[in-house]
Amino acid sequence: MGLLSDPNRRRALISMLTRLNAPICMLCYCAGVCWFMGLAFEPFTLRTYMSENAMGSTMVEERFPAGERALATAREFAAHKKKVGGMPVDWLVKTMQARGLEVFTQSFSRVLPFPDENKERYIVKGTNVYGILRAPRAPRTEALVLSAPCSPGDNNNQAVGLLLGLAHYFRNQIYWAKDIIFLVNEHDLIGMQAWLEGYHHTNTTGMKWTPLQGRGGSIQAALSLELSSDVITSLDIVLEGLNGQLPNLDLANLFYAFCQKIGVLCTIQGRLQRNDWDSVSGYSHAVQTMMLMVMKQASGRPWGDHGLFLRYHIEAATISGINSFRQYKTDLTTTGRSDLYRLVEGMYRKLNNLLERLHQSYFFYLMPSLTHFVSIGYYMPAFGLLAVILLLRALDLWVQLVAPPARTEDGIAEIEQQSSPGVRSVLTPLIISHLTGAALYLMPVHFQEMAVEHFPVSETEAVVLTAIAVYTAGLALPHNTHRLVSGEGTEQGWRVLKLVAVLYLAVLLGCTALINFSLGFILALTMVPVAAFVTPDVPKVLSAIVFVILSPACTLLFSVFLFQELQDMPVSLQDGWMLYISVISQGILDHYLFGSLVYPLIALMVYPCWLLFWNILFWK
Amino acid sequence: HELWEAVLPLIVLLCGGGQLKDDFQEELVIRPLHSGDIYASFHFRTLWETDFMKGNKVSHYRLFPKSLGQVISKFSVRELHISFTQGYWRTMQWGQPYLPSPPGAELWVWFQDTVTDVDATWKELTNVLSGIFCASLNFIDSTNTVQPSASFKPLGIANVTDHRFLRYATLPREIVCTENLTPWKKLLPCGSKAGLAVLLKSEKLFHSSFHSQAVHIRPMCQDSQCKTPSWELRQTLNVVFDLHTSGQGKQEWSLFKMFSRTLTEACPLASSSKIYIDITDNPQVGEQFELIPATPLLRQAVVLGDRRTFSVYDLTQQVTFGTVRSLNLLIRWKSTEGHMLRPLLHAERYVAGYGLQTGEIHTLMYNNHPFRSFSVLLLDSVPWYLRLYIHTLTVTSKGKDNKPSYIHYQPSKDRIRPHLLEMLVQLPPHSVTEVTVQFERALLKWTEYTPDPNHGFYVGSSVISALVPSTVAMDTNNTQERTLFSSL
Repeated sequence: MGLLSDPNRRRALISMLTRLNAPICMLCYCAGVCWFMGLAFEPFTLRTYMSENAMGSTMVEERFPAGERALATAREFAAHKKKVGGMPVDWLVKTMQARGLEVFTQSFSRVLPFPDENKERYIVKGTNVYGILRAPRAPRTEALVLSAPCSPGDNNNQAVGLLLGLAHYFRNQIYWAKDIIFLVNEHDLIGMQAWLEGYHHTNTTGMKWTPLQGRGGSIQAALSLELSSDVITSLDIVLEGLNGQLPNLDLANLFYAFCQKIGVLCTIQGRLQRNDWDSVSGYSHAVQTMMLMVMKQASGRPWGDHGLFLRYHIEAATISGINSFRQYKTDLTTTGRSDLYRLVEGMYRKLNNLLERLHQSYFFYLMPSLTHFVSIGYYMPAFGLLAVILLLRALDLWVQLVAPPARTEDGIAEIEQQSSPGVRSVLTPLIISHLTGAALYLMPVHFQEMAVEHFPVSETEAVVLTAIAVYTAGLALPHNTHRLVSGEGTEQGWRVLKLVAVLYLAVLLGCTALINFSLGFILALTMVPVAAFVTPDVPKVLSAIVFVILSPACTLLFSVFLFQELQDMPVSLQDGWMLYISVISQGILDHYLFGSLVYPLIALMVYPCWLLFWNILFWK
Repeated sequence: HELWEAVLPLIVLLCGGGQLKDDFQEELVIRPLHSGDIYASFHFRTLWETDFMKGNKVSHYRLFPKSLGQVISKFSVRELHISFTQGYWRTMQWGQPYLPSPPGAELWVWFQDTVTDVDATWKELTNVLSGIFCASLNFIDSTNTVQPSASFKPLGIANVTDHRFLRYATLPREIVCTENLTPWKKLLPCGSKAGLAVLLKSEKLFHSSFHSQAVHIRPMCQDSQCKTPSWELRQTLNVVFDLHTSGQGKQEWSLFKMFSRTLTEACPLASSSKIYIDITDNPQVGEQFELIPATPLLRQAVVLGDRRTFSVYDLTQQVTFGTVRSLNLLIRWKSTEGHMLRPLLHAERYVAGYGLQTGEIHTLMYNNHPFRSFSVLLLDSVPWYLRLYIHTLTVTSKGKDNKPSYIHYQPSKDRIRPHLLEMLVQLPPHSVTEVTVQFERALLKWTEYTPDPNHGFYVGSSVISALVPSTVAMDTNNTQERTLFSSL
């Protein structure tokens, strides 16, 4: 009691915190990293369990009869797709009508801000086809969605076949309490975005679409299917959605429960779970799985068609069939593909039983394997330990600023004299760095035409290279502006600026981590050391190199290499660079097409904040 | 059996004095639908020449159910309409229903002008009806009751159209099941023992796409002079069986397949007992579907402003049942096309937007008539916890602002009364009219959430009333299956 109210004790505490500030900060950093690495250690994690009563205890019996017919439908679909050279809209409408669904179409068009070289598209026009199975004796207030993208080439035909097969079977059942919408979307995520915007009658991204003619009430859950081969060895569930949002954990639990029941191999991040958690390789397997999830989440991209549902508070996941675990194939030949149908059927029947939206289980979690998860209460301390460094440094700076530097009679007057130019010397770099950030946000897309005229590059390259150029130019630009305003940089001046910058970073990272833990944590991991130990007095060249290496852009570069490494697809430096460029262009496209927030966050907030520290480094 | 029939009129003579005539009629209308589904609509009508008005004590009951008669006397009810519906009428596939009803429970009542405290009477009435129909009508209170100013007209004889005596409420979350069907069947003179009511087996009625049961009570004219009123109790039950789930995909319907029963007799108390099959879409016999056994009796009738032709089976005639002494009507489709209908008028409604802070209610009204515009009355009753921003109300058709000629808006009061919005809108020919209004979700006290709060809240259906001009005038001396409802 009275630790803070008693002035003596408070002074003692503060003096201890300032004296031991650097060691405590280092300790916190190490503890944060260790805590994070420990999250994947199985005894520290929780086992997944079904929280939702409506899906847990009630039993459903799956009895989907005809897998062969669905395969035949898939082949028919493939043939029509080839004939039309795109989405066979008429055939799909006719087929769905024959299965007794109410069928509607929606056409959409979108001009991308710059050409997407990965998918080779610029002006996108397409049509979504969806059929609604009306639940008998239900008032059209709730719906479930099953979607399959109509992909170019031979991809995903089997998913459409499965969708139509299930539609046929589901239509003959009486037990549905929610409308089921079977959606085949063209141009994968763009089509999905158009459909979801049409369904909710919103327009967040400036896409053109025709209004929907049929609806089924509020969508409770959605699954997206991706299947590209007749033989599959395992099923993978993809959870990461737009801006790092995740569906309720119960959806993953449901998937796992049915995989167990039906006896299908299931994976997350394409990785099987292992039972040897106590061995080094087992632990590293879990760490790698979790790291993959962290990096995918941090990217803020929708990693499947489901990712766009999450914005509308619709729990959604993508289930994709994988044909890679050859060693297990023998186990599956006896059961065959109808397992997959029964799995999806079972999941829909359980979702159909829901009385409420999925809300019982976690929305914030990390999964080191499909059977174990780390909840927000366990992973947040890892971030908290990093964030507390910033607060400790801020406290230290505050104490230094408040304590009179010289014990003269007119010390107070001196401080006042010093602090009045201090405000301007803080404001100027703040404004300049934010203007640089705004330039980084606006210039790449708006000046692409000019760049293409003057340099021999494609539009996409122009956008990315402009971004990199603005980013690099920002390093040279603002670091001595304060001298123009206030003459020679003062001791007080950089302290005040650093105090502001440290608190700014703490708030920024704290908010980011609450929304997207992975992004917040990765940024904290690289930016906190820089922020904590920067002063104008450290050796310039060496620190500048460290600074650049730990800057957000380089963090992204390392993440690209690490991600490839974790996926067992290591790349050479050359390919890595190309990948890096494409990742940046994809990030910008995600922002313009789907409203992903990572690009504006980095450009408008994180990068300017980092520039402030860069400014402090070159204060004198 | 014969003895019983002989005794019954004697009792009537002894106690009732005999001057009160009552009459019971039953009908089943079957309409094969374009989609391959089948629509069966039961109508039971009890007409009683008595007068409940002006505090008359009525103590002897024969065919008219006493429980309802007492309700009419005690609460001075002039008209009562109650419906319980499970499902959603798919206008785009099925066309117009004979009787429209919203999902859940709907109740609207006209009181007599002698009632002094209408709200208290209404409250008491809903509680009594709740007991009679085993339904949660007791949840009707001031927060979901409105007094529409224009949308509802008395359907029987009425010299009072003062809307102070009208109350309207819906319970969209009400689930209808066998427990509501049983008390409804008990109101019938023959119960479910004889006549058409033997078909009302719950295991089949609830294995369907749509189920709606209703009770309508209204005063009628006894004769053309209309000196004394008689009271009509009309019980209706509508059900749609699905081609795929009930019909196993085969386009062949029979009474047995629909209801797992066949008919052997009419209700002995009924003065008329008939089955009508709508064969308007089957002008040449056996062109679209085949009817077994065939009947020579045909009847023309005007339903919803449309002249329809019906094959009639009279259950009071022994010949209808044939040699096997049971009637199992069989309708065998020859060809169907599953295309969507384009009904003259239809509407849909949805909530736009996402997130919890804002939303927008969109109501779309389609007028598919090529050259005729229609005036419709739109009634919206929205619970208080959705705060409507009435300044955002827009009505647009064909991209242009469509100014309603009449707007009646009563703002809500938190925890006391809902929003009431009534508009008279002109629908231009061949157009979609969109009515949008933004709302915000109010912050509720934690005790105000319903059980399963993550299920969401229900907003009742809108009511759209239209005067559909018909080339065929209403014919008064015709069959009873025609509804006199003006609401769409």
